[in-house]
Amino acid sequence: MVANTMTTEAPQRIATAKPVVAERTEKTGTGRLALDAQDVHVYYDTFHAVKGISLPIHEKEITALIGPSGCGKSTLLRCFNRMNDVVSGVRIEGQILYKNQDIYAAGVDPVAVRRRIGMVFQKPNPFPKSIYNNVAWGAKINGYKGNMDELVEKSLRQAALWDEVKDKLQQSGLSLSGGQQQRLCIARTLAIQPDVILMDEPASALDPIASSKIEELMLELKKDYTIVVVTHNMQQAARVSDRTALLWLGELVEYDETQTIFTNPSQQKTEDYITGRHG
Amino acid sequence: MIPETNSNYNPRLVARQRMGRAWQIVFMSSTVLALIFLIVLMLNIINSAFGLVALENTIAPSELADEPLEALEKEALVGILADNIRRNAGRKLEREQRFFADTLAFESQEKWDEVCARAEAPEGCSSTPRDHANVLALVYERVVEQQVLETYPLWDSITRGDEIRAEIEAQHPGATVEFWSWLDRNFLTTPMSSDAALAGVRTAILGSLWVIALTILFAFPTGVGAALYLQEYAPNNWLTRIIQTNIDNLAGVPSILYGMLGLAIFARTLEPITSGQFLGVGSENGRTILSASLTMALLILPVIIINAQEALRAVPSSLRNAAYGVGATRWQMIWSHVLPYAMPGILTGTILAVSRAIGETAPLLVVGAATFMTSDPNSIFSKFTVMPIQIFNWTSRPQAEFRNIAAAAIIVLLFILLTLNTTAILLRNRFSTRR
Repeated sequence: MVANTMTTEAPQRIATAKPVVAERTEKTGTGRLALDAQDVHVYYDTFHAVKGISLPIHEKEITALIGPSGCGKSTLLRCFNRMNDVVSGVRIEGQILYKNQDIYAAGVDPVAVRRRIGMVFQKPNPFPKSIYNNVAWGAKINGYKGNMDELVEKSLRQAALWDEVKDKLQQSGLSLSGGQQQRLCIARTLAIQPDVILMDEPASALDPIASSKIEELMLELKKDYTIVVVTHNMQQAARVSDRTALLWLGELVEYDETQTIFTNPSQQKTEDYITGRHG
Repeated sequence: MIPETNSNYNPRLVARQRMGRAWQIVFMSSTVLALIFLIVLMLNIINSAFGLVALENTIAPSELADEPLEALEKEALVGILADNIRRNAGRKLEREQRFFADTLAFESQEKWDEVCARAEAPEGCSSTPRDHANVLALVYERVVEQQVLETYPLWDSITRGDEIRAEIEAQHPGATVEFWSWLDRNFLTTPMSSDAALAGVRTAILGSLWVIALTILFAFPTGVGAALYLQEYAPNNWLTRIIQTNIDNLAGVPSILYGMLGLAIFARTLEPITSGQFLGVGSENGRTILSASLTMALLILPVIIINAQEALRAVPSSLRNAAYGVGATRWQMIWSHVLPYAMPGILTGTILAVSRAIGETAPLLVVGAATFMTSDPNSIFSKFTVMPIQIFNWTSRPQAEFRNIAAAAIIVLLFILLTLNTTAILLRNRFSTRR
C-alpha cells in the first residue's frame, strides 16, 4: 500500500527503491524446521487457490509470506493450523509436517494442531469478555494446570500490554484501542504456549504507531516462538522477517532469506514486486 | 445554491430531494395510520369494559331479611335458600357440596347414605361443607337473582348518563343504575359462570399460564437445539436443505392445522400419556394442558428455529475463528462464544413466538379446550381453558353483557402479554449488556 501511494507521486524514483532490510538484531534460528509444507494444494470447490507449494518453516525465525491479494498466502497460512477445515467446500492435498508428523494425516485432531500452532488474525477479534478472561479462556479450555493469574500476567507482559491493562483486567476486551486489542489477541495466543504463531496481516488494520509496536513485539517473540506472518507491507516484511516467500497466483515464486529476496532476488518477478512495479 | 458547472451532469437536485420528501411522508403516514388503528382498538375495548349498568333484583334483599344479607348467620342464609328455591335444586347443590358438616339441609339421611354408597358418589359426600361466603353467594345467585337489564358503553355513560338514568327509571321502576368496571378484583379471582355479572377469568388466566409455561419448556430447548444442529453441525447436503425448506414453510402453516395434528396425535393417539392415565392420575381423556402445550410447542417451534438460526448466522466468523485459533473444540466455541452472542436474538425470536402462542385460539379449540370450566387447573393433566378461548366463547354469546366481560378479559390478556414480554425483554437486555 505504501508502495502504491508513492508510485503515483514519483514513479521513476520508486522503480529502484527497494525497502531497506533492517540490521538484524540477533539470529535466533536453531537450524531445525518447525513446519514443513510439502506440495500443498488447496481447492475452494473448483477454484485452485494454492498450487503445489513446498515451504519449510524454520524454527524460531520469522517467515514472511508476501504477494498480491488473492495469491493464496492467507490460504496457505491457514493450512498450517488447519483453520481451513472449518470452511465448507475446501479440499487440501499434500502434507504439512509438524515434528515429523503430517498434521493432515488421518487421526490427527485439528484441535490439537491449533493448540500447538496458534493464530492471530487480520482484524483484532478479542472475545466479548473481560481482558482477563480473553487471555485465560484458551488456557482454561486446554486444561492449564498452573496458576492462572500468573499465566495471564506473563502472557500480557510478553505481549507488551500488561502495563496498560493491569488496573482494568475485568473490563471488556472490546474497550481497548485497536492496537491494544491486537496485542490482547497475541497475549491470548501466548497463553496457550504454542510452538508456532501464525499471523495473518496482524498490523494491517492498525495505525503506524500501533503497527510498529506489533513489529517490535514480533522481534521479541521470535526468541521463543516460530512466527509465520502474512503481510502486504513490503517494508514490514523487510524489517521483521528472517525469510520471505513470494507467492503469485497460488504458486511459490521465490523463497529465500529476506536479505537475499530484497537485495538480490533471483527471479525478475520478485524484483518487480518488491520494487512496486506490480501489486 | 452551488451551481452545477460541469455540463455533463444534470443533477436535478430539487426534484430528487422532493422525491425523497414524498417518500418520507408516505412512510410517516403508514406509521400514523398504524398508530390510529391501535388507538381505536384500545378505545373500543376500554369503551366496552366500563360503563353504566341497569340492574334489577327478582327479590329485593330487604324482602328476605330485616338486616343486610351479609350480616346474617350461615343457618339463616340456608333457611332463605330453602324457602326460595325448589327442593330438587337444593338437593343438587347439596350433592355438589354439603351445607353443614353434621346435618343435611335438603336431602333425607337415608337417601344421602344411599347416594354416597354408590360407586360414583357425588363430591358432596367427601368434601368439606360450604362456608359463609359460599352460601351468601348462592343466595345472591339463586334468590336475589340480580339481573343485568341493560349495559351501556363508557362513552354513552359519560356523555348522556342522566338521560340513561331517566330512561331506565321510566321503563323499569324497580331497577337501579350503577357505574360498573367489568374488570375488577372479582373478575380476576372468580371462575367461569353462566351469569356474566358473576363470571371471572381465574381459570382462564391459570390455564393460559400453565399452557404457556409448558410450551416454553418444550419449545425453547427443542427449537434452540434444532437451530444449533442445522446451523452449526449439519452438513450442507440435499437432506439438510429439504429439512430447512420444510421448517421455513411450517412457520406459515395455518394454526388450525396444528390443532388437527394435536388432536390426532396428542389428544387421541397418545391419550394414555397426555391424560395421565399411565400414572394412574389425571383426566378421563387426552384433552389436557399437556396436549395443549405440546400442540402450541409444535406451532411455535418453526418460528423459534428460524429466529434462532438467524441469530446464530449473525455471529461474526471472526469470533468463531478466535475460538478455534486458541484450540477450542466446536462445542466449546458454540457454548462459550456463539450462544452467548446469539442469545439476545434467540430470545427476541422466542418472545415473538410465545406472544403468538398466548393469543392463539384455533388450535386449542380443536385440541379440545373446555369452554366452561369452574375448577382451577392443578396439574399438567388437568382439563384446560385459556384466555383467548374464554374471550371467543363470551363474544359468541347472544347476551350483551358478555361482550362487556369479553372486553375486560381482553384487557387482562393484553396485560399478561405485556408483562411477560417486558420480563423477557429485560432478561434479554441483561444478556446483551454483559458483553
